[in-house]
Amino acid sequence: MMSRAAFVYSDNFKNYKFRDDHPFNQKRVELTYDLLMKSDALNNKQVLSPRIASEDEIGLVHDRKYIEAVQLASRDQLKEEEGLEFGIGTEDTPMFSQMHEAAAQLVGGTLTAVDAVLSGDYIHAVNFGGGLHHGFKRKASGFCIYNDAAIAIQYIRSKYDYRVLYVDTDAHHGDGVQWIFYDDPNVCTLSIHETGRYLFPGTGNVNERGQNEGYGTSFNVPIDAFTEDESFLEVYRTSLRAIANHFKPDIIVTQNGADAHAFDPLTHLCCTMKVYEEIPKLAHEIAHEFCDGKWVALGGGGYDIWRVVPRAWAQVWEVANNGNILTGNLSKDWLNTWQQESPVNLPSTWQDPDNLYKPIPRKEEITEKNRLLLHKLLTPIINEQKYS
Amino acid sequence: MLVEEIMTSEVITLNATHKIEEAVELLNKHRIRHIPVVNDDSHVIGILSDRDVRDAAPSILEEEQNLDILQNDVSTIMTTPVITVHPLDFIEDIASIFYEHEIACVPVTQNNELIGIVTEKDLLYRLIQLTGIHEQSSQIEIKVQHKVGVLPDVTRIISERNTNISSVFIYPYQDSFKEKIIVLRVQTMNPMPLIDELKQHGYEVIWPNIPGLSK
Repeated sequence: MMSRAAFVYSDNFKNYKFRDDHPFNQKRVELTYDLLMKSDALNNKQVLSPRIASEDEIGLVHDRKYIEAVQLASRDQLKEEEGLEFGIGTEDTPMFSQMHEAAAQLVGGTLTAVDAVLSGDYIHAVNFGGGLHHGFKRKASGFCIYNDAAIAIQYIRSKYDYRVLYVDTDAHHGDGVQWIFYDDPNVCTLSIHETGRYLFPGTGNVNERGQNEGYGTSFNVPIDAFTEDESFLEVYRTSLRAIANHFKPDIIVTQNGADAHAFDPLTHLCCTMKVYEEIPKLAHEIAHEFCDGKWVALGGGGYDIWRVVPRAWAQVWEVANNGNILTGNLSKDWLNTWQQESPVNLPSTWQDPDNLYKPIPRKEEITEKNRLLLHKLLTPIINEQKYS
Repeated sequence: MLVEEIMTSEVITLNATHKIEEAVELLNKHRIRHIPVVNDDSHVIGILSDRDVRDAAPSILEEEQNLDILQNDVSTIMTTPVITVHPLDFIEDIASIFYEHEIACVPVTQNNELIGIVTEKDLLYRLIQLTGIHEQSSQIEIKVQHKVGVLPDVTRIISERNTNISSVFIYPYQDSFKEKIIVLRVQTMNPMPLIDELKQHGYEVIWPNIPGLSK
C-alpha cells in the first residue's frame, strides 16, 4: 500500500559542520526529529535512512573539477589558493575534514526522498538535511557545497519527463537553483525572498525571468525588509497559485528555509510561525491538485535553531503526513531535554504569541510595495490568459 | 577606465545621401537609437537619433500620411556638428558629456575616423558592475569621517575576518564635507559578526535601517 509520507533522517547530517561558531548548524534537523518523535507525530516506520550520493549523481549538476577540489579539501590536500576559485576556504564555506562525504550525505538524503516519491511508495517525502540552494555548478557559496535541490531536479528530469516546479521560501534568493535551470523550460523556479538590496546574494529581481527556451519559467519576488505575515502570505499564495496554474507541474520540490522569522539573526523579515504553518498547507494542496500529490520538501536556511526551525519544519512534516498543523503546547519532554543546552528560552507552544516583536512602522507602505511587485511578477501570465 | 574598453567597435552607419526610410529600417532592425552619418573617409559628419527620425516622419494620427517625406536624404534632418570622444578619454568624461549636453550617445573617433560608439546603456552597465551587485554578496553601508586612514581601517577589519570585498564605492553624506558613506559589497552570507565588529570600532553602520525609525 502506498504510504503517505516519508521522513529522511540520519545522525550523519550533523557531520556537515564548518565550525563550532558557524551559523549553519545541522543540529536543527536533530531538534526537529526529536520534537516530532516526542510529540508522537512521527514514528520509526516513517523514517528512511538516507543513501550517499555518488559522484555521478553530484556530477548531474556540478563540474568534475569542482567535485575533485571538494574531495581534496575533504582530505586536507587542497591549498588555500586553489580553493578560492571554487569558493572553498572562505568565511562562509571553510574547508573541513570529510566535507565531501558530509555534503554527499545531504545530497543522498534528498535523492532518497525523491526516490521515495518517484517509486510510488510514498506520496510526499521530506529531507530537512537538504535544501542547499546557493551551491553553483563550480562554486561553493552561502554555506552550500553541493546543491542537492538542483541535483534532485536534474535527477528527476533524467528519469522521467516530469515538469518540475521548485518553490523556494527561504529568506535568501534561491540563486543556485535558478541559474542552473535558467534556460530550461521544463523546470520552473519561484523564489520569494528578502530584497537583495542589502541581503546576500543580491540577486532575485522580478525581471530575472529566465533565458532562451527557459524565458518565462523563473519567478522572483524580492519582498521588502520588515515584511510581516499577511503580506508574505499574500505574495506566496497569489504567486504560487497563479504560477502552478500556468506551468502545470508534474512534481513539486519545495525549499523550506526557515529564516524569514522575526527571530532569525541573519535576515530582516518579520514573519512568525504563522507563515510556516501556511507555506506547507498550500504546497500540499497544489501538489494534490496538479501532481497527484508528488511533493518533495527540503530544509534550507534557518539560523535560530532553537526557537524557530524545529517548530517550523515539524509543521512541514505534519502537513505532509496529516494535512494538518500541530497546535497547543510543545512536548514537555522535548523542552526538558533541550532547554539546558539552549542559550535562549524555548517557546512553550506551537504557535507564536501576538506581539512577538515591536510594531513595524510603515507597514502599509511595505505591503503596498510588495503588492506592486506581485502584480509586476504576474502581469505576463495574466496577459497571456487574456489573449489566448 | 578608458573609452576604448567599453565602446562598441562594429558601428552601424549611414551616408548623407541615404534616405530617411533606410534610417528607419536600420533603427528597427538593430534595435538601436542612434546612427552616425559618415562620409567616404569615415569622418563623422552628423548623427541621427530615433527622435530626429520621428520628428521628420508623418504623424500616426494623420489620416493621409505623406510617406514621400521619408524619401528625403538623412542629411536634411541629421544633427551637426557632432560631439565625439577619443578612445583614450575616460568613461567619467562621457558621463559628464551625457549630463551636460543631455544626450545619450557619442561616436568615438581617432584621426577623425569613426572607430566606435558608446551609449548610455554601456555606461549604465559599467555602473552596475561598479556596485558589485552582479556577484553574490551582502551590502554594508558605513558613515565615516572624511579623513585619512578610514578606508584602510575598515577594509582591515573585513579582511581579518577572511571576507572578500567585491566592490567599494564612496559618496558624500548628504551635503556634508566632513562625512562620507562607504558602500561595500562583501562576499559573505553572514555579515552580522562583521557589522558588530565595525560598530565596536566606533563605526556607524547605516544598515539595518529600520524604516521610519532611523534618520
